[in-house]
Parts: sequence; C-alpha cells; structure tokens
Amino acid sequence: MKIPFTYNVRSVLGRPVSTALTALGIALVVAVFIGMLALANGFAAALTRTGSPKNVLVLRRGADSEMSSGLERDVVSILSGSPHVARGADGRPLASPELYVIIPLGRMGDTTQLANVVVRGVSDAAWGVRANVHVTEGRRPASGRNEVCVGNRLVGRFPGTGIGETMRFAGRPWAVTCHFAAGGSAFESEIWGENEQILPAMRRDGFQSLSFRLADPAAFDEAKRAIEADKRMQVDVYRESAFYAKQSELLGRILRILAIMITAIMAVGAVFGAVNTMYAAVASRAPEIAVLLTLGFKPRSILASFLAESALIAGVGGVLGCLLALPMNGIVTSTTNWASFSEIAFSFRITPMLLLAGLIFAVVMGTVGGFFPARRASKVPVVQAIR
Amino acid sequence: MPLVEIRDVSKRFSRDAERIDVFDSLSMDIEQGSFTALMGPSGSGKSTLLNLIAGLDKPTSGTVTVGGAAVSAMTAAQLANWRAQHVGFVFQQFNLLPVLTAWQNVELPLLLTRLSKREREERVGIALGVVGLDDRHRHYPRQLSGGQEQRVAIARAIVADPTLVLLDEPTGQLDAKSSQEVLALLGRLNEEFGKTIVIVTHDPHAAARARRQLHLEKGTFVEQADAVTVP
Amino acid sequence: MKFFTLLRANLGRHKRRTILTMASVALALFLFASLRTVVTTLKAASQFGSARRLVSTNATGIVFPLPIAYANRLATIPGVEKITWANWFGGQYGDGKRFFANFAVDAKSYLDLYPEMQVPADQKAAFLADRAGALIGARLVDLFGWKVGQNVTLRGTIFPGDWTFTVRGVYTPTDKAINDDAMMFHFEYLDEKTGRNGLAGWYIMQIDQPDNAPRIAKTVDDMFRNSSAPTRTGTEQAFNASFATMWGNVSLLMNTIGMAVVFAILLVTANAMMMSARERTRELAVLKTIGFTDRRLFGLVMLEAGIITVTGAVIGLGAAKLLYRATNFNAAGFLPGFDVTTATLLLGGGIALVLMLASGIVPAARAARLPVVAALRNVE
Repeated sequence: MKIPFTYNVRSVLGRPVSTALTALGIALVVAVFIGMLALANGFAAALTRTGSPKNVLVLRRGADSEMSSGLERDVVSILSGSPHVARGADGRPLASPELYVIIPLGRMGDTTQLANVVVRGVSDAAWGVRANVHVTEGRRPASGRNEVCVGNRLVGRFPGTGIGETMRFAGRPWAVTCHFAAGGSAFESEIWGENEQILPAMRRDGFQSLSFRLADPAAFDEAKRAIEADKRMQVDVYRESAFYAKQSELLGRILRILAIMITAIMAVGAVFGAVNTMYAAVASRAPEIAVLLTLGFKPRSILASFLAESALIAGVGGVLGCLLALPMNGIVTSTTNWASFSEIAFSFRITPMLLLAGLIFAVVMGTVGGFFPARRASKVPVVQAIR
Repeated sequence: MPLVEIRDVSKRFSRDAERIDVFDSLSMDIEQGSFTALMGPSGSGKSTLLNLIAGLDKPTSGTVTVGGAAVSAMTAAQLANWRAQHVGFVFQQFNLLPVLTAWQNVELPLLLTRLSKREREERVGIALGVVGLDDRHRHYPRQLSGGQEQRVAIARAIVADPTLVLLDEPTGQLDAKSSQEVLALLGRLNEEFGKTIVIVTHDPHAAARARRQLHLEKGTFVEQADAVTVP
Repeated sequence: MKFFTLLRANLGRHKRRTILTMASVALALFLFASLRTVVTTLKAASQFGSARRLVSTNATGIVFPLPIAYANRLATIPGVEKITWANWFGGQYGDGKRFFANFAVDAKSYLDLYPEMQVPADQKAAFLADRAGALIGARLVDLFGWKVGQNVTLRGTIFPGDWTFTVRGVYTPTDKAINDDAMMFHFEYLDEKTGRNGLAGWYIMQIDQPDNAPRIAKTVDDMFRNSSAPTRTGTEQAFNASFATMWGNVSLLMNTIGMAVVFAILLVTANAMMMSARERTRELAVLKTIGFTDRRLFGLVMLEAGIITVTGAVIGLGAAKLLYRATNFNAAGFLPGFDVTTATLLLGGGIALVLMLASGIVPAARAARLPVVAALRNVE
C-alpha cells in the first residue's frame, strides 16, 4: 500500500523555509553543472561544426595543426588534380589551398589585451568547399585588392572590423568589405583574405593546408590511403570534421574535468544540506509516522515515501537550477584554443540533453541525501513515537 | 517593609481584537520569609501574577516593587540582570536543558555572575546537596525521573541565592510520591533556609504546605487565612 | 569562556547535523580557495618577469621568425648588455597528450641571461658541449621518467620527422612561477637538420637599467620598422602578461562560480542554524527566565554559527593550502606555482565571518526578541 504522494507535497509545503533553502542549494549546484558543461559543449560544438564530414583536410606529415603545417605549391597542384577531389559546377576542382597564420590584435576597449586572431588566406574555391560559410553583409574581397572579410564573431570585439573600416596588420592596411557567418564554428573567429595578397604580406611562398570536397563522400578511406601513399609528397589526410573535433580535445577535456570536479564538490555540500533537512523532517514527524504505521502502512512504504519527498525537493531544485542556467545559453565568450594557439569565440550551448542531465543529477542528489533519513523514518518504533 | 509590594496592578491582554482583563487594580503584599500559595480557577490570572512578580511580564498599569526595586519600571535588560540575582523560577515542565547534565543545568545561573570556577563549583555542590541529588549530578535530564528533574530545577532556582523562589505548578507533572518529596523540600527551604516562596498551584497538598493561601477569582483576591493543613 | 560548555552542548545536540554543516563549509571554502588561486596564479604569472629583460617578437605575429642577423644589430644599442634568442619547436613526446614547451636556443647566452634556471655545473658543461644535447626541467624527470644521459625522441610538428636528443642536464627554477617542465636544445642542431639557418623565434635582451626599458624598446622597434621582419619589443613582464590574457575572462568565470559556491553554502548553513533555533525556542525562553539578557542570547546564537563556519573554514582553507603544496600541483603545466596566497586565505576567513553573520542573524535576532511568557506558555 503506497502512501499517497500528496502527503509528501503537503509536508514539504508545511515547512516552506527549510524546503526553499535546500532546494535553492541544489538549484545552484545544478546551475553551475549545466553552465560549465554548456561552456565545454559550446567550445566543442564550435570546433566540430567547423569541419564537414564531406571534406578532407590535407596537412604536412606530423603537423598537429594547420599552423605548424606547410604545403608547397607543386604538392597543392598535384592534389587539386586528384580524382578524389570533387568538381564544381564549372568543372574546376573544389579544392582550397589555404594559409593559416595568427596575428596579435588588441581587443576593443582595452587594446593592450592582445588576442592571437587567425588570418586565413583563401582562394575563391574556399567559399564553395566550405559549405557552411556564407557572406552575411557586404561583398567578397575583390581580386588584387588589399581587402578582407571578417568573421561575425570578431565584429564588435576588435576595433576596425566594421564594413568600410580598415584593419592594419602585417605592415599594411586592409579594407573590410564583408562579414561572414559559418554556423557558429571556429571560422567565425577568423579574418579571410585572398591568398594572392595574404601570402606576400606574410612573406610566405607556399600554403599550409589544402581542403577539398570528396568526390565520393563514402570513399574517404580510399582517398586517404592513396594520397598518403603517394611518393611525391609527405602528407597526412584527415576527414575535416574529425580533425577539428580533435583540435577541441585538449581544452574540451579540461573544461569538462573542471566542470565535473567543481560540481562534485558542490554536490557533496548540497547533499549534506538535504540530509540535514530530511533528518529534521523525520524527527519532527515521528508521531505522524507512528500513526501511519498503526494504520497499516509498511515500513518499506515509509522509506519510499520519505525518499520520494527528498527527491521531490531536489527535483524542484533541479528545475530551478535549469531556469537559472538557461539565460546563459547563447552568451558569447572567447578563449585561446591552445591546440592551434588561436583565439576562438564560441557561445554557451545548453541542449535538452544537458537540462535533462541536470534534472537527473538533482534527483540523484536528493535520493542520496534522503536515503539515511528515510531509513531512519522507516525504523520509527510505533509505541515510542506515539507517547 | 514587605518584600513584594503590588499596587493597583491591572493586566490586560488583547488577542484577536478581543480584550481580556485578567485583573484590575489588584494590590497585595508578600512578606520576607513567607510561604504563599496562589490558587484559583483556570484563567484567573495566578500565573500572570507570578510572571509580574518575576519581572517576566509588565502590568498594564500599577506598580510591582520587589525588595525596594521598581520591577514594573525596568527595561528588559535591567530585568534580566535583576532576575539573575533575585529570582529563582521553577516550571511545571521542569524545563531543564536536555543537552546539559544536572550539574551543568544547576550551574547555568551562576554563569551570569562574576564568580570564579571554584566558587561556582562550590555553590552547585551545595545546591545539589540541599535537594539531595549529589550522586546524580552527571546524569542528563532524560536519565532522571520526573521528581528528580524537578529537584534539579529547584537546585537551579536556588543556586544563586535569590531573594524569591517562584514556582508555577511545580507538582503538576509529578506522581504522588515525587510531589511529596518536592513539597517537603520546599518546606525545608522556607523553614530552614528562610527562603521566601510563592507557589502557584491547583494541588491542595501543595497549598497546605504554604502558610498563607490566596485565592484569585475573577481578578480579585479572596484570602484564606493561614490555612489549616489538609490531611 | 565559561559559556563554552553551553555552546559545545548546543552544537553537540545534533552531532551529525553540526558535522555535516561544518563539512559543507569546509568543502565550499576548499573549492572557493581553489578557484581563487587559479585567478591569483594567472595574475602572478602575468606580473612575473625581470624588469631588466626585454622580449622582441615579430610584429606581424608571434609565429613569424626574426633573422639571426638581428643579434649583431641589437648588440649595438646602448643599454643592451646581453642578447639571446629562442625558436619554438613544438615537438610532442609519446602520444602527445601531455603538452610541454620545447624550443631551440642559443644555449650559452640563454643560460647566461636566465640565472633563475639553476643547473649543476657539470651538467651545464655537458649540455653546452653536446650539440644534440637537451636541458630539461625537473618536473619532466618525474613525468616521463627521463634521466641524464638518456636519449629522448620528440615527434616534430612544425619541423617534421622524429628528433632525437640526449638529456644532458636538469634545471630547477628558483622561482615557482617559472615553468619547471620545459625542454631546451641547441639551435645549431635545428638549423643543421632542417638545412636552413638564420631564423630566431624571439629575442631576449638584458638591459642595464629598468628605467631605460621604454627607450630601448622603441629603439629596437624603430630599427626594424621598415624591414621585412618588423619587431614588437616590450618588457618580459608584458610578454608574460599577454599570455595570461589569452585564457579569456577566466577571472569572471572563477569569481562567478566562487560566488555560487559561497551562496549555496550559505543556504545550507542558514538552514541548519534555523532548524536548531526552531527546536530550542523553549530552552531559550528558560534561559531568559534565569536572567540571560537578550543581547547575551543573541551573542550565544551567533557564536554557535561562528564555531561552525570558522571550524569549517579552517579545515577547508587549510586543506587547500596543504594539498596543492604537497602535491606540487601545476595543472599539467598550465598554472605553474599554483599556491593558495595569504590574501586568499584571509578572504576565505572573511567569507566565514560573513557566513556566520548571514546564517546566524535570523535565529539570533529571533532568540533575542523571543517573548518569554508566550514561548513558555506554548506546550500546554
């Protein structure tokens, strides 16, 4: 025979202050949990969205990032002619040779605070190969001119990034002609310019990476084998999406570990709070429990009832925590991705799964905290309690 | 001069827009060394009167003077200090602190004095001796019987050598035997040690111990002359 | 402290509750101290650096090199006493999961300019004599189990291929803020194997007086402003500071979490105090009857809250200070010199006091204002 849940609900409402304090404590733990994981999520998402599973990224053998790589022009020519590379509507290969450097830029507001921002030298093909990139404002840089297109996430955070304004790096001025979006990926924290202008400005002769669309998306392994075995070059071939995902590993892991450690410690504190509350509740309701027992409810039901009550309080706390965390969703922040040593802006990303995880976490905290008190409740000796 | 002088005292309670006049223009004296019993039906105000004498409550009008001090005119802080020195209060529910031993409970009032630890120990020992519980001093209230608890409470009430010992239904929760022990103790305190005692009670045996019985009825006294002991 | 017995008895009334609450406070303050130390460590790193050393990098970007020929020209600048340079190598060891700094240096002048890196004389001589030799930080010995005389192979990322070095010496930094897990080798070795020469990643100069720093820095930058490799020169401290800012708004993150932690613990403590207070209404009234003043009761309740929060704080803060020291924690190299500062400890103590006040105020005020007669009448 189960004790009706309304008993628990009414009891909880009967001690509003204590309940509120406990629930709020749990809410804070859940909010921090969700917030920190949303940070890790957002970072990982920005990077995984950067690459496409249909694209391939080719770097020099052994390079761990686009920055440490180097591809000579002839290697790029050979690769562009490969049958594994898809062709565009105009018959030209959908292959984009690119340069990847970082420049120090002072932040808006406090220009002594420097960030290492990525400047990517691209060709026309880049806009086609990277399907998730599109211009949101202005026009693409014209050929032969010192013009650049700035990723949306840089706009407003660094001076001179508005359309029509001029940025200065590598010793010369660059007019900003457009802004581009890239699905919230790492590209949005980059400055794109024409290879023909960027390479000489950076005093480079060759490229650093080649990104191309697979002619047959299912044939990645074959393409990888063929290209890596080619004796004319020493390269590593990656599926683009897999490569960028790997770039997020280090920092992503740090953020996730940090999230778990911090919330674990906080959770213990919150659970202790729940334990206190429940023990006090049990103590003050001993007569009621005795009455329930005399009415015929089993000790097991008493245990379950008090566990449910603890879980209820925690559940309320969980919902509160989710509500507290939600406003964080979408907030943009930035850090340096140490894997590529470059500035990347990303936003907190709260997913339904994360909210669910937060709720479950809360209920678990409540159940753990309520276990011993509930057990004490079920052991209340009838006679003593009634006296 | 009487120890306690109550002059034209009225006490009015307001509860939920209802006004209750407990008593109106009451006057009485209590002599030093006397043993007085306050009796009367429920609601007659006897406990309230005791509270006024103890300085736990203030009269709506009138004055209460104890040992020359105008109790009814003191501030809360002054009353607290005054009570610490002059009043020993015993309750029906004993009201010992459950987390302290008998000894520590009795010591409580002395913590408010400037006595050294040794002096405190001495007095607690004496007080417990008087009530006959020196062998139980390490016990917690839950380990004592009702009668023993009340005796500890009495020890606590006398340890600071107060001017007045006030008791509110002290035998109300005791069985016959324990009641007798407690009452005998009170008798001793009054006769042997000269303590002024005022006791509020329903219990005729308790009232019989007293040398003066005052009946409160509808806010006024109906005094029973030095009573004949009821067997 | 004659009221100590009463205080202790009250706290012992519900031993479990008292202990759990103290433990919660301890955990919260441990966490708080840890978070705050991240901020203070980054700050310390950003303020570290000799006032007499300047760092020059390529103005276009840190990834761009500077010609070795610059060394001679820098030497001509008045006020410049010593010069050295280094080039980032970026090699990985094993699976590469544990990142550590490794770079090529002009060995003799580098060690000369950095007396903070202490190397035993014989090891130093051996390192300087062996072109393929390497100097490693003391922590790498523990991390990878490397020994002097052993060959270690790094996988090059910028410079492809496998690179083998012989460990010739171990350095120990005199200051905790300096990374003790870096590895240095000879730039000649790098040049020889890559077949190119003449490139440095960054230059470090020792100048005669700190006051001359701005002037000398400007001279350097002016000297190369119109060349193919313009420079950006600043103090070593500014250089270090720029790395600290690269993390982003860490202090905001840590402080926000820190506040959430403190607030959460406040709720737990306040709840515990209020529960205790609620159960003792009658006892408090009795104490008032005996003659305890309102003020005294207020103080007693506050003190009870104080004992819980301060004990918890001492345990939590103490544990943080001792733990990080004992384990020589440095967050896998990212936060060298991770140590809880005295300022953090004091701040933690302050928080404990605030906790005491915030959690004790309501029960203490209630105790003080408790109407004796009404409270005693309650049980009938």
